[in-house]
Amino acid sequence: MSEVLVLVDHAGGEVKKVTLELLAAARRLGEPAAVVTGEPGTAGKLVDSLAAYGASKIYTCESTEVGGYLVAPQVDVLAHLAGSAQPAAVLIPASIDGKEIAGRLAMRLGSGLLSEVVDIDAEGVASHSVFGGSYEATAKVTSGVPVVTVLPGSVEAEAVSGAGEQVSVEVPAVDPAKAARVTGRQPAESGDRPELTEAGVVVSGGRGVGSAESFEVIEKLADSLGAAVGASRAAVDSGFYPAQFQVGQTGKTVSPQLYVALGISGAIQHRAGMQTSKTIVAVNKDAEAPIFEIADFGVVGDLFKVAPQLTDEIDKRKS
Amino acid sequence: MNIVVLVKQVPDTWSERKLSDADHTLDRASADAVLDEINERAVEEALLAKEAQGGEVTVVCMGPERANEAIRKALSMGADSAVHLSDEALHGSDAVQTARALAKVVGTLESVDLVIAGNESTDGRAGAVPAMVAEALGLPQLTYARSVSVDEQSVSIERETDAGVATVEASLPALVSVTEKINEPRYPSFKGIMAAKKKPVSVLSLADAGIEAGEVGLANAASQVVSSAPAPPKEAGQRVTDEGEGGVQIVEFLTGQKLV
Ligand SMILES: Cc1cc2nc3c(=O)[nH]c(=O)nc-3n(C[C@H](O)[C@H](O)[C@H](O)COP(=O)(O)OP(=O)(O)OC[C@H]3O[C@@H](n4cnc5c(N)ncnc54)[C@H](O)[C@@H]3O)c2cc1C
Ligand SMILES: Cc1cc2nc3c(=O)[nH]c(=O)nc-3n(C[C@H](O)[C@H](O)[C@H](O)COP(=O)(O)OP(=O)(O)OC[C@H]3O[C@@H](n4cnc5c(N)ncnc54)[C@H](O)[C@@H]3O)c2cc1C
Repeated sequence: MSEVLVLVDHAGGEVKKVTLELLAAARRLGEPAAVVTGEPGTAGKLVDSLAAYGASKIYTCESTEVGGYLVAPQVDVLAHLAGSAQPAAVLIPASIDGKEIAGRLAMRLGSGLLSEVVDIDAEGVASHSVFGGSYEATAKVTSGVPVVTVLPGSVEAEAVSGAGEQVSVEVPAVDPAKAARVTGRQPAESGDRPELTEAGVVVSGGRGVGSAESFEVIEKLADSLGAAVGASRAAVDSGFYPAQFQVGQTGKTVSPQLYVALGISGAIQHRAGMQTSKTIVAVNKDAEAPIFEIADFGVVGDLFKVAPQLTDEIDKRKS
Repeated sequence: MNIVVLVKQVPDTWSERKLSDADHTLDRASADAVLDEINERAVEEALLAKEAQGGEVTVVCMGPERANEAIRKALSMGADSAVHLSDEALHGSDAVQTARALAKVVGTLESVDLVIAGNESTDGRAGAVPAMVAEALGLPQLTYARSVSVDEQSVSIERETDAGVATVEASLPALVSVTEKINEPRYPSFKGIMAAKKKPVSVLSLADAGIEAGEVGLANAASQVVSSAPAPPKEAGQRVTDEGEGGVQIVEFLTGQKLV
């Protein structure tokens, strides 16, 4: 069986959930081979979880240069492995870095690129959800090694042990005239809440929340549900909540089990980022708000009355 | 400083967007077409760089004849000239072909110092074409910029992603892509709109740009759409009016769904 390369997304010495999901997708197409890139010492912490989720091989590509250049080291490593391992496909998380790495890799290999897929079958036919979930399409790569980016949360991770054989790979030296140097990093503060794109529950606030201080109401509800906090673009643009939490067409795409929209009208561009959520609950004081068209349960009312009551009720049930 | 801005015409996100039944490509006739909002910001950033450093701003666009309207908008904001790659054979090109074609067009221009693009389009949303153009041109990529600073030799940006904010630097020539948080684009003035009518727009066919017909278009794409259909519409569920029990009612609903 051919190998299927999976680019490992990791942070703080841990494998991200999306990587485990990609290993499950890779098993449908062939033998999952995880590709770890990072500073020396990175892979050691990751091998156990990669093997526990089916990686039969783990390519460790470590160099002090990896963190110092934008996407170029990952592209170089994957292009090298695509040549030597002749994989059936390369799967990459559909993060910002991942989409860029995939794009450059497809250019270099002369391959077809499938972007932001939500599913893929054994024949390599992938499903896309387009125009913010209002259209569905399937596509396949017709020439070259397929390069595929997979949206987090769309394929179920499967705990199944793999051989996890480690193979060390040299990271090619980066040509500084063709790559941009990373001279500083401020990691996003993750806090205690789950990450937006990986969370099972998301609680989002819109312009209706009214101020940055009032976002506390959203955060309290989120914490009692163990949820991530999201925001509409109007809330972000008004300075109520930081930009990295924006959900929608130009923000994050989320697809949790439960999405709670508070004081959000439900503009088409907001819906684009959340309408594939399994269950949607909305609170809005305007009975005509379009968010109600897609809500499984809607409450016409003041979020400042409904949300705190909801928080209390959930806390009561927990204790 | 010679600055190139990559702009795309897209269906307005406010109108209903469809894929064509015949070949699953974007049905451009069914929706209003606009200059992608993110590209207005890319043009704005180019104009700011020109105001600081001097030079010329050239708009590059690949798209059908109608994309001319988007080009005019960029010119009326203040860009100096435009190159429009327009050829029937481009229809249905995928991201790889698009990036190669754009790189070829940029390659026809003389001594380009900086290429500026949007981080992601509102229709295809690949979020990768700028990186791919950089790959084809052999340029450093400084993408997803929330701020940009340029001088005669180099460019530095703040890149904002899920992972946080990174400072990224490179010497020129280089390619930059900007996010929607970078600036507020200027409105074209009446004078700008009148002046735009006289600005040079060179329309290139594939042959003019040195692109082989076999390199582009639906039939030659390395990825192919197999099927497409509108998603089944999501039905509105239950709705209640809060009479003091709204929060409790939500919990009851969630309990019924086994979500709490
Ligand atoms: C190209 C483009 C891209 C865009 N991308 C995005 C994107 O990624 N994400 C995004 O969200 N938007 C995006 N937008 C913006 C989008 O069109 C809307 O403007 C935005 O989603 C509106 O946010 P909102 O619902 O919070 O605000 P509003 O539309 O102002 O709605 C506020 C709602 O709060 C309700 N409300 C007020 N007070 C209360 C209260 N006390 N209790 C209950 N309800 C209350 C009101 O009835 C109203 O329905 C984009 C727009 C464009 C043109
Ligand atoms: C719903 C849908 C799904 C698709 N899925 C895939 C897929 O999985 N794989 C694939 O290979 N192709 C796919 N395509 C085709 C791909 O989107 C097009 O080839 C498109 O021309 C390039 O991608 P983008 O607009 O998504 O680019 P993005 O990378 O999102 O665009 C970013 C920036 O690149 C510049 N740019 C992009 N296109 C142009 C242009 N024509 N002229 C000037 N500047 C431009 C602009 O500055 C823009 O802001 C899809 C298209 C659609 C409509």
